[in-house]
Amino acid sequence: MKRISLFLAALLVAGCSAGSTASAPRDPNAITIGFSAEPANFDFTRTDGTAIPQALLYNVYEGLVKLDENGQVKPLLAESWRVSPDRLSYEFSLRANASFSNGSPFTADNVKFSIERVKTTWGISQKSKMDVVSRVEVLAPTKVRVTLSRPSNNWLFDMTTRVGAMFSPDGVADLPNNPVGTGPYDVAARNRGSSITLKANPRYWGPKPAYETVYLRYFKDSTALNNALLSNGIDVVSAVAAPDSMPQFENDTRFNVTQGITNGEVVLSFNGRKAPLNDVRVRRALTQGIDRRVLLDTAWAGRGELIGSMVPRTDPWYTDLTGVNAYNPENAKKLLAEAGQQNLNLRLRIPNLPYAVTSAQVVKSELNKIGVGVSIEPLDFPAVWLKSVFTEHDFDMSIIQHVEPRDITTFGNTKYYWGYDSPKVRRLLAEGDRGSPEQQVTAMREVAATLADDAAACWLFLFPNLIAAKKKVGGLPLNQISEAFDLTILRRAGS
Amino acid sequence: MTVQILRRALIFVVSALVASVAVFGLLAVLPGDPAQVALGVSATPELLAKTRQEFGIDRPLATQYFEWIGGVFSGDFGNSYVTREPIGPQLVDRLGVTMWLVGAGMLVALLIALPAGVFAAVRHRRASGSVISGLSQLGVAVPGFVAAIILVQVFAVQLRWLPAGGWTPPIVDPLDFLSGLLLPALSLGLVQGAVLTRYVRSSVIDVLREDYLRTARAKGLTPYRALLRHGLRNASVPVVTVLGLQLATLLIGAVVIERVFVIPGLGSMLLDAVSNRDLLTVQGIVLVLVLAVLLVNFVVDVLYTVLNPRLRQAS
Repeated sequence: MKRISLFLAALLVAGCSAGSTASAPRDPNAITIGFSAEPANFDFTRTDGTAIPQALLYNVYEGLVKLDENGQVKPLLAESWRVSPDRLSYEFSLRANASFSNGSPFTADNVKFSIERVKTTWGISQKSKMDVVSRVEVLAPTKVRVTLSRPSNNWLFDMTTRVGAMFSPDGVADLPNNPVGTGPYDVAARNRGSSITLKANPRYWGPKPAYETVYLRYFKDSTALNNALLSNGIDVVSAVAAPDSMPQFENDTRFNVTQGITNGEVVLSFNGRKAPLNDVRVRRALTQGIDRRVLLDTAWAGRGELIGSMVPRTDPWYTDLTGVNAYNPENAKKLLAEAGQQNLNLRLRIPNLPYAVTSAQVVKSELNKIGVGVSIEPLDFPAVWLKSVFTEHDFDMSIIQHVEPRDITTFGNTKYYWGYDSPKVRRLLAEGDRGSPEQQVTAMREVAATLADDAAACWLFLFPNLIAAKKKVGGLPLNQISEAFDLTILRRAGS
Repeated sequence: MTVQILRRALIFVVSALVASVAVFGLLAVLPGDPAQVALGVSATPELLAKTRQEFGIDRPLATQYFEWIGGVFSGDFGNSYVTREPIGPQLVDRLGVTMWLVGAGMLVALLIALPAGVFAAVRHRRASGSVISGLSQLGVAVPGFVAAIILVQVFAVQLRWLPAGGWTPPIVDPLDFLSGLLLPALSLGLVQGAVLTRYVRSSVIDVLREDYLRTARAKGLTPYRALLRHGLRNASVPVVTVLGLQLATLLIGAVVIERVFVIPGLGSMLLDAVSNRDLLTVQGIVLVLVLAVLLVNFVVDVLYTVLNPRLRQAS
């Protein structure tokens, strides 16, 4: 009996060691932000997914450059850089006063170490973004030259993502638990299953962040996340997951709401590997058969933007392509007849995520109107969807949000799950990557237009960035287009 | 009595082993590749193969099972596929949180059921008794998560008296701890309390009809005093059984309640692990849950023998 009670005591004490997360702090220097996806650990060099960079990038880790909310590449640890005329080498001038949270100074050696480490040690597939780097030379403590094996505009852009994060050789021993970066914040505590506490890094080279302490709290359930703000448990909902819950914040004088855009293209993908979806007429017919305005209004309460191709409006090569293969059910029927596909039945295999489930209903009813039968099969996400649709290509159509920045390049990868294969698109993508920034814009515009005309996929809508926050919080990002939830731009309202 | 307890203990051990095989087997046939999920959408075949090897999921199932169960005996539940950290310490941490929740839920259930059940039994021929009985019927029909959603809407979102969710350990701030525990414990306990009320009521009614109680009344004791002095121990035998069963229900109910109230207990750990295909973690949690239920049943069986001398003689 005594032993049992000892065991019970141990358990109860264990229950005590998980940290406090119940209510928003009363400390005016602290802010609590609610998120939905929790990082499994702090090591984005070995664990994939968006949750870790969302919490750590720009906040704990910094790169040479960062992406602002308008899609511009801006200096961060690099004060400036020069590109050689052949576009093969980049010479960065680094900040002299930056240091890591463990006290080590940030120098050109760290740049060499970090970039080479991506190529040698990283365990996620994003590491391939560094394949193009052939050499990193330390020219001086604050000067570093990176030489590429071929000109690549994407490389500098990719440096704004997690692969560009700067590490210190004496700070990588325990990345899953103890991240060491140069950023304005340092991880102070983590309570698995509920929260992460960030504290301002006293050694930070840049301006002091507006909030000394930031609690990142995680809610798997979107209603619980909303309720936490409504009941004063948190200060910010980083992304309102259910658009129909926006009015309850809009109609409450305690809150500010913002609606911007993200990188997340909600795509109705076609399996181009097999008939009949390898027939451009069928793809065009399906695209023209869906009224995307109606779909957005029905499936996502009209919040979001219509896009005609794989380009959000924050990319430099954005043009309005919603007119290409626009809604035209009569023509869709004609195209199907031409292709000899009047009795088409397709399997729409979707992840069991809210936007996919609601969108699938509208897609089904719209396509039924042009005589196409659709059977919806929701699959457990991520496990089953990844295996079945993404890896084994067992689908006719699917709906998923593609969240990676500038993921239009996936249409150049013939092995990608939708099996789109166009030599023209591949050539243009390569030209865009190689050329000057102006040539890049021209080439990428053509890629986007080709994809739209080819109905390579049907772009249902661009996912909105919906934020609800207490009135006291200012500086909220309108758009969420980088991998990071950038805490450095937060302000106190009125300051 | 010792023989009977030993026999029960043997049954407990055998069931636990069978359960471990079942848990392992069922999860092995689950669709979805843990390596694929860990690596994400852009994994290459080479990386996948390497990760599978790292996780040890490329080996025969029997090898995997024996290695796992061997580790469990020494308290080593293996390393999580997702966090790549030992599962054991996390399990203990989360189990601690869940036990607070289940304990508090049980307390709420008992605080409701004992007085309400006895009252309804003593007055079972009067209107007030029937009202309690009817209310408990209603309580049985409401699932715990519905109660949770209603409680959150009223007390957290509308009135803002209590937090809508979250967890504060008692050591950090006892007041926050209690206010955070109240709504989840009520959600769990109200329904169980309603169920238990019905058992207490019928069990007490049975006792009330016994001769010895009539004798006690004849000595001049009030109904409540007679029940207290002579009836409760007898009435408690069936109630303890139900209590044991309910503890199991509470553990399972806590899985949903933890998700609604964002409490970092075993349940939310389980749901996260399932969606991440963190199979080793799922295996560990399910095994712990199964063991807990088996253990409760074992304890109930033993208590039975202690409470009821007739069962002792029967052996």
